[in-house]
Amino acid sequence: MRRLQSTEAVIAVVLILAMVLIGLVNPAFWGVGNLFSLAKSNVIIGIMALGVLLVMISGGIDVSFPAIAAAALYITVRTMVTLDYDGVLLPFMAACVIGVGLGAFNAFIIDRFKMIPLIVTLGTASIVRGLVLGLLGTSIVNINKMPHGLIAFGSQDIAAATASNGANVGLTAMVLVYGAIALVIHFVLRHTMTGRSVYAYGGDPEAARRAGVNTRRTIYFVYCTAGLLAGFAGLLHSSMIWQANPRDFVGLELDVIAAVVLGGASIFGGRGSVLGTMIGVFTLVMVKNSLILMKVDTTWQRVVVGAIIILATAITAWRDRKKLA
Amino acid sequence: MSENLIELKNISKRFGGVRALDSVSMNIRPGEIHCLAGENGSGKSTIIKVMSGVYTPEEGQILISGEPVSKLDPIKAVQNGIQVIWQDFSLFGNLTVAENLALNTYILEGRGRMDWARARKMAREVLARLDVELDIDADVETLPTSGKQIVAIARAILAEARLIIMDEPTTALTRHEVDALFAIVRDLQAQGIAVLFVSHKMREMLEISDRLTVFRNGKKVAEGQMSEFDEPAITRAMTGLELEEQPYVANISADTAPVLEVKNLCVPGIVEGVDLELRPGEIVGISGLIGSGRTELARALFGMENARADTFRIGGRDIFPRSVQEAIGLGIAYVPEDRLSEGLFLTQSIERNMVVSIMDRLRKGLFLDRKAMRSKTEDMFATMQIAAPSADTAVGNLSGGNAQRVMLGRWLLTGAKILILNGPTVGVDVGSKAKIHKIIRDLAHKEGLAVVMISDDVPELTGNCNRIHVMHGGRFVAHFEGQAMSEDQINDSLKALK
Amino acid sequence: MTAKAENKPFFRRLLGEDASIIQLGVITLAIFVLMSAMNPDKFLRYYNFESITYVMPELGILSIAMMVAMLTGGIDLSIVGIANLAAITAGIYFRHPAVAEAIAAGGAGVVLHTIMGVLIALTVGLSAGLLNGILISRLRIIPILATLGTGQVFAGLALVLTGGPAIVGFPQTWNWLGTGKLLGIAAPFWVLIVVAAIVAILLRRTHLGVNLMLIGTNARAAVFAGIRSSRMILYSYALTGVMAAIAGILLSGRTNSAKADFGASYLLQAVLIAVLGGTNPAGGKGKVLGVLLALVALMFLSSGMQMMRTSNFMIDAVWGGFLVLVIAINYLRSRK
Repeated sequence: MRRLQSTEAVIAVVLILAMVLIGLVNPAFWGVGNLFSLAKSNVIIGIMALGVLLVMISGGIDVSFPAIAAAALYITVRTMVTLDYDGVLLPFMAACVIGVGLGAFNAFIIDRFKMIPLIVTLGTASIVRGLVLGLLGTSIVNINKMPHGLIAFGSQDIAAATASNGANVGLTAMVLVYGAIALVIHFVLRHTMTGRSVYAYGGDPEAARRAGVNTRRTIYFVYCTAGLLAGFAGLLHSSMIWQANPRDFVGLELDVIAAVVLGGASIFGGRGSVLGTMIGVFTLVMVKNSLILMKVDTTWQRVVVGAIIILATAITAWRDRKKLA
Repeated sequence: MSENLIELKNISKRFGGVRALDSVSMNIRPGEIHCLAGENGSGKSTIIKVMSGVYTPEEGQILISGEPVSKLDPIKAVQNGIQVIWQDFSLFGNLTVAENLALNTYILEGRGRMDWARARKMAREVLARLDVELDIDADVETLPTSGKQIVAIARAILAEARLIIMDEPTTALTRHEVDALFAIVRDLQAQGIAVLFVSHKMREMLEISDRLTVFRNGKKVAEGQMSEFDEPAITRAMTGLELEEQPYVANISADTAPVLEVKNLCVPGIVEGVDLELRPGEIVGISGLIGSGRTELARALFGMENARADTFRIGGRDIFPRSVQEAIGLGIAYVPEDRLSEGLFLTQSIERNMVVSIMDRLRKGLFLDRKAMRSKTEDMFATMQIAAPSADTAVGNLSGGNAQRVMLGRWLLTGAKILILNGPTVGVDVGSKAKIHKIIRDLAHKEGLAVVMISDDVPELTGNCNRIHVMHGGRFVAHFEGQAMSEDQINDSLKALK
Repeated sequence: MTAKAENKPFFRRLLGEDASIIQLGVITLAIFVLMSAMNPDKFLRYYNFESITYVMPELGILSIAMMVAMLTGGIDLSIVGIANLAAITAGIYFRHPAVAEAIAAGGAGVVLHTIMGVLIALTVGLSAGLLNGILISRLRIIPILATLGTGQVFAGLALVLTGGPAIVGFPQTWNWLGTGKLLGIAAPFWVLIVVAAIVAILLRRTHLGVNLMLIGTNARAAVFAGIRSSRMILYSYALTGVMAAIAGILLSGRTNSAKADFGASYLLQAVLIAVLGGTNPAGGKGKVLGVLLALVALMFLSSGMQMMRTSNFMIDAVWGGFLVLVIAINYLRSRK
């Protein structure tokens, strides 16, 4: 536990240094408008990252969550449009159910056929994306057709301020949703036996079995929760950008996995924390968003994300090697 | 009321065509320290799994506190106070000591919430009961082996164990730690908990146990109070043979030049200055506890450690191997301790396993010379008398003895002059053991190989070596040769180490 | 009779040694029959098979590359990024005014510059592969994360180089590599055959191939046996990178364009084909023949489905379903 905390401290220090540096290059970084938009950009990636965190602690990896999120949001919104339904609670529940269902499919294959999660979730991603695009089509549901309830839900602010250029900027209320989910996941991981079983299983699956951990339940819990968070985040994203695009989130798995690894979770399982993941997400989002502020062409974004993954993992590998010596 | 905590009556267990247990009966009384001895493959791990409910026997009866138990499963076993401490401890390295201790209890109680405060309190209490100090907030992976073992024992106690079964508990411990473990075990006994030691280390069994059961080939061959046995008697029971190997007499004249001369070899923090001289035809034994630096010494000779030495001369040439490849090139071979994880490629053929270290040399242009590969393998296959359908058989299908012969064959093919064997017959059954010893002795005697044999098994050393070094704390602390080289003397010397 | 007697041990050996190859052959045949039956007029036409031989090679080479990475228990998630980056770099070379002029002038210069372009693409692939290899074998980053990261970097660089839109206008000789014919057979198909043959020989007959197999079986034992593991792993990723670059050349030659996000679905398909072809993703087992059979099976499947006017998205879904099915079959078979 103590080492985890120190890992978190290290990332936090890196984060603060990066913030100071970016602020020096362009003071506009500290503008309230920029900070609010930064906070907003954290919400969706952050919620998905919490799901991936669970999977990584259990020793697995999930690359199907972007497809699950896209499926959940698109199926839900299209159904709403067809039925002319305009609620909020029921659609979110539907998106969550879709996510859980697809997560359960991942869990089933992984548990039943003992295949490595990377390959299983690659397959799931392909099936889900293909079916959604093939059966429901590729047309984007635009703002004029988007259900108003969802848009209203996603547009709520909790704070407003006037930016330096005189524009009114708001802090989205969705950060509260993100915060609440993070608190719940933290509580589950830290203070429930289900959460501790995930750590135990990720640390040593065989020992977990011997200790009486219901490993099948653990696997289902992990992948279903990851699916649930993905489904929820998908619809939330849709309500925040006022459109439903079935091709959304392509390639997002890389960003999210990068953020979780950056946040100190081990891909070998057994290690990782909610706080670390949130800091990792914040760092990644901030660096990506600030490239524009730092007058770097946006085409460099992917190179930077790639470099961050390589750097973060190289440092982890180096640290673990030192421990072995 | 029965006086037995657990009683097994005529238990039989079969795997495929192999009878792992053949109508075996044994019993354990409350609060006794019982030892179960036997060679590998004698059925002792099978009987542990029967007692802990992992295996269901085909025949026989299990009675716990005199009551017959039908279909003992792992949960029933735990409920009846039977706890097994496996060799790998089954702990969670990524979790703290306190959590490791509380986890089982919480799962057993079917709790939903992780109560950290209670976990730490439980941990503190149980460690106090064992009278040991451990940081309960440390991650278990940061503890030494002895610490992990204590956590495993504490966990068993928390599960209200009435019988704790320990599978080879002393293998990875230093003598000092073994003493500490024995103190804890006596303490457990005082609290009325029975302990079943499963071990092949006779000296330790004699020291601690009240009663002894010996298995051989799935059958019980001896049973009784410890006082009725002495070491030779136990060995006889375990092996079924009178092991009276004549000490090996090296076939060397005094003026033979040494093939290896090492002075003041150091591996920082582990090996603290070792002088070693080897002549062709010699078999030099190294005895010492785990942690004495014996494995690191072997690895240093094989180019695997960041070592230094004042002199390192091979065949009269001053040269220090810096990598495994260099060491092999210099004619050094190393058969590691753990054959399965460090030695063999189980799913690959005997041929590939044998030629792996000489593949660089078996080339025809860009390609491997398959004819040469095959003929070399066939030769060695015959020399080593490997029992297998063909050289294409996967090594994973071979018995321990045959697999070890594949390892030896691999190194002979490299043209090794110096053969370092670490635990050459670990996990090899009795019959094969003698055959492997003969092969090694022949290699030294007839082929003029210089052999270093590292072993826990003192009779193995006295029976095969012409001289023996005892290693401790990274140094050679005693040296025996010729008539002085008796088992008792070496054991006394090992026992004196602290 | 005598001939039969001689054949029998051979078949038995084939069956005994490699049940998975037989199983694959059966699957391939079944798909072939099924697709022929469902598209009675179109599937069995020469044109269909010809067009398959143009589309198949790039994916086939990527799949073989993936299999090589999996031999040591690794994976290469950057192959598509490498393929695109290699093609784009060559494309930029061709756009250089001096080069473009020489190409426009025609004559031997075109061939020369095409060869130069191929060499540039291969060098990019080699360098990218070496980078992966160094990260994995020297810095000990686990392959999933290392190649996930480098894949982003390669795709990102491709984006930086092109600024987004596709590069078009490759020389004709370059496009011949993707669309031409040699001795009546598609040029890219020849490339696939050559690459497959080289890798097959490499794996069975050379020091490198056998060592990779052994490392994948037991990495620790490989160290004790004196195998230069990290060098071998480095070579394997370099080889993977070069193969990815070849696939990139074929793809850009076939479409006469190169773009940063081409062939995104190839990554999954390459993993699928490698696993379907009997490669063990945990290492130590993999055969070129198996990969080729799996490739052919899936090519039949998608071309047949295209004839039935199934959307490409649905074909993606079917491939994903196929992967899951193969996982299930392999598991059930291994338990027997």
